[in-house]
Amino acid sequence: MPKTVDAPALQQQLEYLLGPVLSARRSAAPLAQAIATLDLARQAFVLHWIEVIDRSNYELAYRFAAAAPAALEVLDETAARAWLLEALDRYDREGLHSASSLLQDHAAFGTAVDHAVACNFEECAGVLRLFVRGLGGRTLQVEAGPRVSTDTDTLFLPARIAPMPSKNENFNIFKGLSTLLWAQNRFGSHHHDLASACAAYPEPGHAADLLMHLEMLRLTPRIAALVPGVARLLENWHGNPDPRCLRLQQPGATTCDSLVLLEQLYGRLEPPRLPWRIHLHTQASARREARVERERGELAALLAQLLESQRGPGAGEDDDAGRFSIDHHRGAGDGTNYTLRLDGQPLQAPPAVGERIESLLQDLGEIPDDYLQAQAGPDGNAADTAGTAPQEGSRGFHYDEWDCQRRHYRRSWCTLREIEIKPGNSAFVDATLARYRPQIEGLKRSFEVLRGEDRRLRRQHHGDDLDLDAVIDARIGVRNGQEMPERLFTRRQKAERDLAALFMVDMSGSTKGWINEAEREALVMLCEALEVLGDRYAIYGFSGVTRQRCEIYPIKRFSEAYNTAVRARIAGITPRDYTRMGAAIRHLCTLLSAVDARTRLLVTLSDGKPDDYSDHYRGEYGIEDTRQALLEAHHAGIRPFCITIDHEARDYLPHLYGPVSWTLVDQVEKLPLKVAEIYRRLTG
Amino acid sequence: MTLNPPPMQLQSLATEARFIELEPYYHPTGDEIALFEVAYLNRLPLLLKGPTGCGKTRFVEYMAWRLKRPLVTVSCHDDLTAADLVGRYLITADETVWIDGPLARSVRAGAICYLDEIVEARRDTTVVIHPLADDRRMLPLEKRGELLQAPPEFALVLSYNPGYQSVLKDLKPSTRQRFVAIEFRYPEPAVEETIIRNESGTDHATASALVRLAHMTRNLKGNGLDEGASTRLLVHAARLITRGIAPATACHGAVAEALSDDPEMLRTLDEFATSVF
Ligand SMILES: Nc1ncnc2c1ncn2[C@@H]1O[C@H](COP(=O)(O)OP(=O)(O)OP(=O)(O)O)[C@@H](O)[C@H]1O
Ligand SMILES: [Mg+2]
Repeated sequence: MPKTVDAPALQQQLEYLLGPVLSARRSAAPLAQAIATLDLARQAFVLHWIEVIDRSNYELAYRFAAAAPAALEVLDETAARAWLLEALDRYDREGLHSASSLLQDHAAFGTAVDHAVACNFEECAGVLRLFVRGLGGRTLQVEAGPRVSTDTDTLFLPARIAPMPSKNENFNIFKGLSTLLWAQNRFGSHHHDLASACAAYPEPGHAADLLMHLEMLRLTPRIAALVPGVARLLENWHGNPDPRCLRLQQPGATTCDSLVLLEQLYGRLEPPRLPWRIHLHTQASARREARVERERGELAALLAQLLESQRGPGAGEDDDAGRFSIDHHRGAGDGTNYTLRLDGQPLQAPPAVGERIESLLQDLGEIPDDYLQAQAGPDGNAADTAGTAPQEGSRGFHYDEWDCQRRHYRRSWCTLREIEIKPGNSAFVDATLARYRPQIEGLKRSFEVLRGEDRRLRRQHHGDDLDLDAVIDARIGVRNGQEMPERLFTRRQKAERDLAALFMVDMSGSTKGWINEAEREALVMLCEALEVLGDRYAIYGFSGVTRQRCEIYPIKRFSEAYNTAVRARIAGITPRDYTRMGAAIRHLCTLLSAVDARTRLLVTLSDGKPDDYSDHYRGEYGIEDTRQALLEAHHAGIRPFCITIDHEARDYLPHLYGPVSWTLVDQVEKLPLKVAEIYRRLTG
Repeated sequence: MTLNPPPMQLQSLATEARFIELEPYYHPTGDEIALFEVAYLNRLPLLLKGPTGCGKTRFVEYMAWRLKRPLVTVSCHDDLTAADLVGRYLITADETVWIDGPLARSVRAGAICYLDEIVEARRDTTVVIHPLADDRRMLPLEKRGELLQAPPEFALVLSYNPGYQSVLKDLKPSTRQRFVAIEFRYPEPAVEETIIRNESGTDHATASALVRLAHMTRNLKGNGLDEGASTRLLVHAARLITRGIAPATACHGAVAEALSDDPEMLRTLDEFATSVF
């Protein structure tokens, strides 16, 4: 039986792992003594996680080492993992302080006994997000946060709920809390600055508790109209309402009524204890105002476009025509029915316009007339992104990243933006075409063979036409007393190529020089060849620095033809920064998934391993994240393939793409010819 | 000497034009009935657009009954060819026999021909309907050298779901612009409730909960679901419930499992179902 590690050995290891935060007054000896009392499995657990946490922060790792022995007495391994992951998430979100306070207080996280029935946010986040989306209204984020509250963009929920004796009941608390916070957003709780209102009372915290209780009473009937199952849950929480509060349950009650009652009942009504305390987010009001301001601008620009598409350019300049208006219908239940009119005529609002209107309606209750003036934005094209999924918010796209050490995703860890490429000199394209003319002709011919033409199958059992030869043979046969054969038809076999390919081109700094040139030439030749084939294809470059700046450069979108603008962008491809591949793959896969095709192909053109500046992306972490992103792609029905010029590719590409889905082009100068060739083999 | 049995595919085409004797239940959701009638009187072909299970087929059946015309329905699939629609030669022991396809039969009978989900069919099929769908109103039977002139009673109706088809599978403008389009959406909540009650005999509370459930799933369109629950699925669930199945079980079987295979999505749909009742 393997023996446990003794204290001196542990101390040595800890000094190595925690060196940077140890000092004369802070030695590893007490830690080592405590850890030495654990069994081997627990010791391994602690050491492994110290190493993992080191990558985020040495101090945090130290505090974990200090807290772990006591915690592992009460938490089983799964619970300990959940506790740690939550601490790491908090560190990512809120910093060291919040994370170490959780580490010091493992008891608050629950004991091993209730772990089986506890419900962790991470486990049910997917369901909760979909549930909130299904409830309707403006899209809200759902995240774990230190206090249950909403800032009107996001619903913050506990990381773990465990007070009830069964998992299902604990999940129901999650469901009740999300629905309640959703309803605050949906039914106008934050049209007022509630935090300031409470601040006027001697004990603002107490006022907030009472106000949240009153709002809950007001919102429960609204919730009951949609999801009575959840409303029953909330009724259990708040019990029979105090008679003085009954007017909040009348239809038409608003937050104003709650505020009036708050004044009357402050100090006179003790709100019941809920399974979870609901807080007021201090930023709710500010968030809402910022959003209203932003969406008002976007709406004005969108309306200007709409007006132009309806009336032609220059419309709306004389004051009498081109006026938008909105009728609000107070429909049953759902309060956001409206009709958009232009000069009195009803108009079907395009989705981007409808989205803004609905969001503003939710924030304001109704849309003031002066919000409906068409006004081109500063760049005149606020609506360019409209209608293309996914939509880039002003803060970019967010993608999770896989942390192989934690064996866990870091949520919304990467921020990715699509960035326009500066068009290059198209002489480059002409030169490439001239230089490779004979090869391009050859490629085109070989691609023509692939083109999906229908084939006629002869002598079939049934089909859409007679096979004359077969019929003649049959007649002769019958005359000679043979049996009538059955296969007398021709049938056309469908040979449609139902394929979409997305090429993902490495634009990292390491491609500088001839690699970049070879890549661009390869793309020119590829496009020439693909035009023959008629497959749908798109090309995007990728690069970036750090998780906050992942960048994607559209070169040719699926919807775009291979035209002069695309050629100029190919010519304009320049080496940039690093290669954080995971985020790029995740983004491009969402684009690719939106294309309806039987086969979807993601072809990466690269010159080396995934890599990024700082935060440990280089090495195992980056490779594992990339691998995870490729696995996600597989799950989404996408086939990844990699073409590389890295001679060391054999060491890591089989791990990423599997043994067959990659190929090495060992001489850069061959790349231009090879890429199209490889594609032909791949799809032939 | 033996006779060739008719191939499988041809047996399935032998559906006769059928007269609808009993008034089908159809609840109008707009002015589609008037639009259909006027288009019909003016011999204009029709295109019904809308998501699955929102009443297109039922509407055509209702109109066929109302106009007292036989109805020929063809469900298009991706192997359906022009010959399947128009007709083809069959071989018997000592002669070749021409068999009309459903389109030719409807033209001869002055029926309403309903081509369901036309974009699913192979591309060459849309071309054969072109001459039939403009002023000429003719169906050439090329292989037979015959030109059928459609009688005034004949009508061509196509259906098409713009929702989940790709840009590629879209109707060509030259096809599309021959038709008067009627857009179908899921009915307003009150109407949808009435439809569910009529089709299943369920009570008001159940119908109302199912409609709310449907709206929640429709909010997830594009967020993990290709389509929300259709009226058809709600009718199915309601029928199970009226026959004594517990609502959550009925919704799981008739709605959740019909919409998704993804465990997380199924769990969410089940949560919807327990929450709306
Ligand atoms: N307006 C309506 N009046 C009566 N019943 C309706 C109506 N709308 C939907 N239904 C019900 O929904 C069911 C499905 O409708 P139908 O078969 O007509 O859908 P569809 O639009 O043809 O769908 P698909 O595109 O999938 O063929 C009908 O059987 C009927 O029960
Ligand atoms: Mg139908």
